[in-house]
Formats: sequence, structure tokens, C-alpha cells
Amino acid sequence: MSNDVTTILGSAVRLSVPLAFAGVGEYVAERAGTLNISVEAMMLSGAYAGAVGSSVSHNAAAGFLWGMAAGLIVAVVHANFSHRLQANTFVVGLTLNVLALGVTNYLLEKVHMTPRQVGVWKVPLLWHIPVVGKPLFAERWPAYFLVGIVPAAWWVMRRSRWGLEMRSVGENPKAADVTGIHVNKRRRQGLMICGILAGFGGAYLSVAEVGTFNSNMTAGRGFIVIAAVIFGGWTLRGTIAGCFLFGGVDALRLALPALGYTINPQLLIASPYVIALLAMCFFAKRLRQPAALAQPFERGAT
Amino acid sequence: MTGLDRASGVTDVVAVPAPSPPSPSPGDGGAGTAPGARAWSTAGTVLLYVASLAAAFGISALLVALTHGSPSKVFPAMYDGSVRSFGSLGYTLDNAAPLMIVAVGAIVSTRAGLFNIGQEGQLTIGAMAGAFVALKVHPAGGPVLVLALLAAAAGGALWAGLVALLRFWRGVEVVISSLLLVFVAGQVLSYALSRAFLLREHGANGANLTESDQLSSKVQLPHFGSYPHFNFGSGLLIALVLAAAIGLVMTRTTLGFRLRMLGHNATAAKHVGVRAAWLGTVALLVSGACAGLAGGVLLTGQAYRITPTISNNVGWNGLLVALVARNNAWVAIGVALGFGALQAGGGFLTTTGVPTDLVNVMEALVVLAAVFPPALQEVMRRRARRAAAGAPVAVGAPA
Repeated sequence: MSNDVTTILGSAVRLSVPLAFAGVGEYVAERAGTLNISVEAMMLSGAYAGAVGSSVSHNAAAGFLWGMAAGLIVAVVHANFSHRLQANTFVVGLTLNVLALGVTNYLLEKVHMTPRQVGVWKVPLLWHIPVVGKPLFAERWPAYFLVGIVPAAWWVMRRSRWGLEMRSVGENPKAADVTGIHVNKRRRQGLMICGILAGFGGAYLSVAEVGTFNSNMTAGRGFIVIAAVIFGGWTLRGTIAGCFLFGGVDALRLALPALGYTINPQLLIASPYVIALLAMCFFAKRLRQPAALAQPFERGAT
Repeated sequence: MTGLDRASGVTDVVAVPAPSPPSPSPGDGGAGTAPGARAWSTAGTVLLYVASLAAAFGISALLVALTHGSPSKVFPAMYDGSVRSFGSLGYTLDNAAPLMIVAVGAIVSTRAGLFNIGQEGQLTIGAMAGAFVALKVHPAGGPVLVLALLAAAAGGALWAGLVALLRFWRGVEVVISSLLLVFVAGQVLSYALSRAFLLREHGANGANLTESDQLSSKVQLPHFGSYPHFNFGSGLLIALVLAAAIGLVMTRTTLGFRLRMLGHNATAAKHVGVRAAWLGTVALLVSGACAGLAGGVLLTGQAYRITPTISNNVGWNGLLVALVARNNAWVAIGVALGFGALQAGGGFLTTTGVPTDLVNVMEALVVLAAVFPPALQEVMRRRARRAAAGAPVAVGAPA
């Protein structure tokens, strides 16, 4: 029994980590007012570039740099289209999702990839803890970056001047503009941070977990990340909790049939979205979205 | 590219009716009078579009060339498959019809200020409801076909109705709930297709494949003409009638006026007595019904059976059509035809051995290329207006 728990917990953590990286990024972008649906494209291209990078440079760690770069490229395109040219952010996001899926699928057969994986790092002592030790403290080493990134993101967004500016352009861009904050620049920066982190999360999928890239590897994980941010009521804690909850649900979906339980897979696949909707529905007062979320800002327009 | 952009920016500066004496702009080459400037501006717009689309196709060609394909075969094949002959034109029209239906629906809700982006899910539920009626109601025939299409519309409206309920009862943003419900809809369909008492195929196949039985030919939409000659499905007629009807309602009736007022200025609308919740619900239901109907047309006009991938991005693409057409129903007809041509050409291209993925890449690039010129011009125009008004322009002024 405790063996089963360890297995499920382990798979839950492994499935949650990439979500959490992208989740931090999506949180930053959404707080600055972009409902970024191209996070799926960022993760997918990050996963692809990660696999290519690790096999080109014969170094799995370098794959993460490639992944972050790919996510950043997607973000730069999105940011310039929607926060410089003011093209509709959903047009750009949807299109980038199609584009990333098409390009990675098309190039999948054209580039030869050798499977390569980063190593596991066991936290000394802690990983001996029964039941939870192995799932939590014997992960692929990039996973531990999360321990640094989450508090750092929290501090930057909640305590630094730049973070205050980021949140203000998400809440009231006009007021922010009047105080001299460059609204669209902040939003572009938010998107780029999201691109880097989502690219990292994507690379984690391909370079850390699987070791290679498969067609449509992210399979909608970007949208689960969006659901996690909504579930978390646009707070960082909530977002991370959402990522781990939805990763856990995914692990249950994979594990329960193997353990002999019959469960409705459709219900489990749909559950992140349903849970996020129910959370919005019943805690609408507390889970307030940034007031200017998904609203473009044009200077001088009323 | 940059040179072109700058050129068009200059022409736009000229085109702006300045309240003060027109500021002489460098390089306006004597086109100072208004009509001349406008002609210049039109030419610039056309040029910008051409350059932008050329860039999109150029990048696609580059991608083909870099991977040892031959661009000189790809583009003629796309032309052959979409518009070259009457036969291939039929494919274009059939691809365009569902997109058009989704798009006009999206226009209604967006114009009312409710940004429904869940057409993909509404279409899925619509197709499912349509399939349920078409397969389960006997005897099969014309009335059942009509009933199935109505059920499809009702299914889409129901799914959008959830969005309306969440919006006006609990205050959940339309964008968020409609997006999330897309993924729920996919699983609802998947559930229905895995249960024999719902939609799963009967017989030996049903256990392996998740798809429904095939529709009887009596509940399929009639198709006019056949391949080598000019042909089109009746879905196109539905789409055109719907587009015209919604175009007229939005621009010529009180209801349309109220919807647009709600979208432009909700506060003003409230003061003149527009009931936002009621009218907003109507807008969402209409947009959902259109998406659902598109699902019904896909089902009874093209797919003839429901599979997990019945929606096949038609919902998303229909939304893109509406947004690229800037929420104008008449323009949406043209944009949908353009999308249809791309997809028909792409479909033909895949038969020549080019992977579908390249076609998707090309479509995505074309969408970005279509979005680029108006966005650029709008930004240039606004900048020029600010400069003309003498507003202090901050260093590196935000767009």
C-alpha cells in the first residue's frame, strides 16, 4: 500500500514540476494583464528545442538553455504582436499554438535526435524518509530550481518596485501610464519571463523526464497551466497548489487502472478545467482576476 | 520590410485629417491634397498586405527548402487544390462554410462586448447533439435532418449558456469560462463515444474505435454538383444566409444597435435601459448556437459520423476568421473563403506527400501576415494623431 502511495506520489511530482515552472511564468504574465494562451506553444517549442539542443551539444543540461531560448522566441513574437502592434492577443496566441505544433511536428522527422537525459539528484539524508522521501527528494536535478524560482518570483512580484509596476499594469493600466510606467513594455517583459519559464518547463518534459521529444509532447499542458492560475485566484501560492493538484490528478489517471481500480478517465482529464471553473464560481469574491486581464492598452485611447 | 513599414507610416501621416495646418512631412512628394493622399494610402495598404503575405509564403518556402523539399511544387499544388478548377473550388467552399457560420456567431458576442472564445467546445457539443438526433430518431428523413441541425444549434447554445450563467450569476469572465469549457466539451464527447447507449458505434468496430455509427444517407445534407464540375454542399447556403441575416441584424435593427451599444459603452447602454444580463445572454446564446450549427453542418455535410476529432480546429479557426475580419460579418465571408482556400489547397498538398504539419504552419503564418498590416497602420495612425495634437510623446512612446 505504502509502495503504491510512493509510486503515485512520485509520478504526481514528476508530472507537476513542468506545470509549476510554466505556472510561475503564466502567473507573471497574467498579473501584468496578458491572458497568455500561447503558453502551450512556449512549452511545446521548449520541449522540442530542449531535445534538439541536448542531442546537438551532447549535453543534456544545455538542452535547458535551448528550451528557454525557444520559449523566449515565441514570447517575443507574441509580445511584439500584441503589446506593440496591438493585434488581438487571442489571435496571436492561438496562431502561435498552431504554428509551434506544426513546426515541431514538421521538423521532428527532419532532425535526428539521440535520447539523452539529465541525472537524478538525491537530497542527502532527506531522501531516506519513508513514503515521501523518494518522490520529493530524488528528482532530476533541474526540478530543484523550483525551490529557488518560486520564492524569487514571489519576492519580485510582491516586494520589488518592478513587481508593483507589473501588477499595476494588470490592474489599472491607465493609472499606471499616468504615473510614468511604460504599460506595454511591462507586459512584454511579463510575456518574456513566461516564455523563458514555460520553455524551461517544456525542456523539463523532454530532457529530464522522457529523454526525447514526441509529437505534441505537451498535449494541452499549457491549458492546464492556465487553469491552475485561475484556480489559484491569480496568486502565486494558489497557482503552484493548482499545478501540483492537477499534476496529481494526472498521476491518478495513469496509476489507478494499473492498480486495479476502474475510474472514468474522461472525468479525470476534464477535472482541472472543471475544478478551476467551480473555484471561480464559488470563490468569485476572493479569486479576483487582474482587472485589466486580456484588455489591450492603447495610449491616448479612451 | 522595415523600409516598407516606414513608407506606409508616412502615407498614413499624410492621410490623417489634421485640425491644424497640415504639417509638412518629409517625402510626401506633393501628395498633400486629401484625395491624393487617400489614394497613396490605399496603395500603401495594398502593398503592405502583399509584402506581408509574401513574407509568410516566403518563410514557408524557406522551411520547405531547408528541409530538402521543393517550394516550386508546393505552391502550384496548393493552387491546384483550392481555386484552379471548378471542382477544387468546391472543396474551398465546403471548407469555408463551417468557418463562416462559426465566425458570424463569434461576431455577435464580440460586438456585444462578451468575448466568447469557446467556439471549439460549443461546436463539439453541437455536433454531438446533432449526431444523437440524427442517429437515434427514426424514421430517417428530411425532417430528422432539420431536427438534427436544430439540435446541434441548441447544443452549442447550451454550452454557451453555461458561459452566460457563470457570467451573469457568478461574475466569471466570459473569456475564462468559455476557454475552460472547450476542454470539458472534448471529454464529454469522448465519454459519449465510449458508451454504447450514447454514441459508440455498434458492432465489432465499436469496441476498438471511438466513433459513432455512420449517418444514414437520408439525414445527410444535400450536395449540389459533383467533383470535376462546380459543386458545393448546402452548408454553404446555410452559412451565407446566416451571415447575411446576422450582418443585417447587427447593422440595421434595434436589437443589433443595442448589442453594439452594449459592447461599445456598457455604462451608456445601461442608462438608456439596455438590460445587460438579458441582452448579453442572448448574444452568447446566438454565438453558441452558430458554433453548434457549424458542428451540425460538419457532421451532416462532411464527416457523416462523429469522431473525437470532429471539431478539427474549425471552432478556433472560425474565431480567427471573425477576429481577422475585425468583427465585420461581410468581411468575414471573404476571410472565411480565404481560409477555406488555404485548407483545400493544403488538403490537396497532403495527397502529394507533403505533411499536414507544413500546411498548418503555412496557415498560421498567413494569419499572422493578415493581422500585421492593419495593426501596424493603426499604431502608425495613432502615433501620427498624437504628434499632430502636440501631445508630448514620451521617449520610446508605447504603442
